[in-house]
Amino acid sequence: MTYRRYTVTLVVLTLMLVLLALACLAFGSVDIPAGRIVDILSGKGSGNKAWDIIILQSRIPMIATAALAGAALSISGLLLQTTFNNPLAGPSILGVSSGAGLGVAIVILALGGSLGGLLGENLGSYMAILVGALLGAGVVLAVLIAFSAIVRSNTMLLIIGILVSYLTSSVVQLLNSVATEEGVHNYVAWGFGNFSGVSVSQMPVYAGIIILALIASALMVKPLNAMLLGTRYARNLGVNVTRSRNILLLITGVLTAVVTAFCGPIGFIGLAVPHIARLSLGTSNHSRLIPATILAGADIALLCALVSVVNPHGIIPINAITPIIGVPIILYIILNRRRIQYFN
Amino acid sequence: MTDQSILTTHDLTVGYRNGSQQVALLNNLNLHLDKGKLVALLGQNGAGKSTLLRALTCDAPALGGYIEAEGKEISSMSQKDRSRLIGLVSTERIQAGALTVTELVGLGRQPHTGFLGRMDDEDREIVRQAMADAGIIGKADSYVASLSDGERQKAMVAKALAQQTPIIILDEPTAFLDVASRIETMRLLQTLAHERGKAVLLSSHDISQSLLLADELWLITTDRQVLTGTTRDLVDSGAMDRIFNNRDIHFNSKILDYSF
Repeated sequence: MTYRRYTVTLVVLTLMLVLLALACLAFGSVDIPAGRIVDILSGKGSGNKAWDIIILQSRIPMIATAALAGAALSISGLLLQTTFNNPLAGPSILGVSSGAGLGVAIVILALGGSLGGLLGENLGSYMAILVGALLGAGVVLAVLIAFSAIVRSNTMLLIIGILVSYLTSSVVQLLNSVATEEGVHNYVAWGFGNFSGVSVSQMPVYAGIIILALIASALMVKPLNAMLLGTRYARNLGVNVTRSRNILLLITGVLTAVVTAFCGPIGFIGLAVPHIARLSLGTSNHSRLIPATILAGADIALLCALVSVVNPHGIIPINAITPIIGVPIILYIILNRRRIQYFN
Repeated sequence: MTDQSILTTHDLTVGYRNGSQQVALLNNLNLHLDKGKLVALLGQNGAGKSTLLRALTCDAPALGGYIEAEGKEISSMSQKDRSRLIGLVSTERIQAGALTVTELVGLGRQPHTGFLGRMDDEDREIVRQAMADAGIIGKADSYVASLSDGERQKAMVAKALAQQTPIIILDEPTAFLDVASRIETMRLLQTLAHERGKAVLLSSHDISQSLLLADELWLITTDRQVLTGTTRDLVDSGAMDRIFNNRDIHFNSKILDYSF
């Protein structure tokens, strides 16, 4: 019975992925007839150079960027929720995204470029930014590990994450005060969240890292499931809890850092999507949860991307859309926590 | 020490670390746990029951001495080998409400499965058998969240059975159970010891239950000694009185005579 539910869920999520991707291909600030889009995709070209460029170098990369970002953030959230044994954990609420953002800000400032600007095409400079994001996310995760050993309360850990976010944003503000006006503008724009920041030439690095990290997360199914029973049981089942947790947090850090560096600090997806996956599958078994979380995350991010481009008056920031989807889900979870299986 | 011993402690000292200070609770313990016996560890709250069990399961380091099993020192065994030696049932809160009982018990196969934890038909049969032995097979497809406390405890015992360890250690297995579930759980553990030859060690502050069903007792006295022996001997020698601070509490050995 549960296998049937799993199959149906995966099929539905995959169909949604295809439909949303097609919709993102068809809609945008420029109207391109569907027939011409098919021509472009089949390699014939539409006869309109601008249309070719829009489809091949803007919409397709955006679709891939959004889908991968959604999957990456959602898996980050899932891994954080299991390792910290905290259903309300997520990369943005725990400050991992803002840590990565601070790393990005510092590197951009150190490189002398404008603060938080779009990542350049220069491989060296955006790799430096990626490393900055990774270090920033890593520092926040290390702080969270340290605090989680001292404060046992889940709520307190969330508050510490929120405090870390405030702290990093205040450091970023201080950095901004010495940055150029253009830098500040770029940083603010980056903070809105944006799936159009990955160019065709950057795509292999962006997609490669995310796909590798997603595969790595799928290989951690066994310790993840053992950790549902808490650290003592997990250890008794032969899991090296410290090592597994470090690997899981490393994966989380990489996923969050890459997405944050390229797309900005995107909230709520990482927190909400694992719950969508759990609720639709009716399980917390990670062997089924991970594929469903990846697909649902890609779906939600594509939905956000679609909403952001259908506005005729201009692009809506991604971070203006994610709370509208995420907050109701979180509230539903909080209000029904006594009724929902995985809380009991 | 007998040839039935599967776990032996040698001058084991257990306690906890408070900053750089070591606080020893129980000193120089020489205990042995035998196959086919149900042993109850009794003592007042704070006497060190959990600390001793944590040391035996290597969840806390020994402050002195060592623990030997199957000729090896268990602290130097790999985590994997230890997970095939001792199955644990604790009172730790679990997040597994959305797993089915079969999935939960299946986690007990982790020490035996490969990197991804995939189970073959043999593993699945072991899981089924463990659920049947623990008397929870009727709930095999139910969510853990839907179980009563007693059923949940049986599921955790089934998890330990699926682990196929010669030793099962249970930290307060009957703490949250009603009287009927307590008796049922204790009977189950007794059966596992007597019929499956498992060495079963449990801590409890439910003295009357333990006296009725345990083969042996480990008593932590108020002066932090651990007295061991068969239940009958310890009761007859008056040792039971030494686990209470209050001199007015005396143990009446007649309690052992009632049956159910």
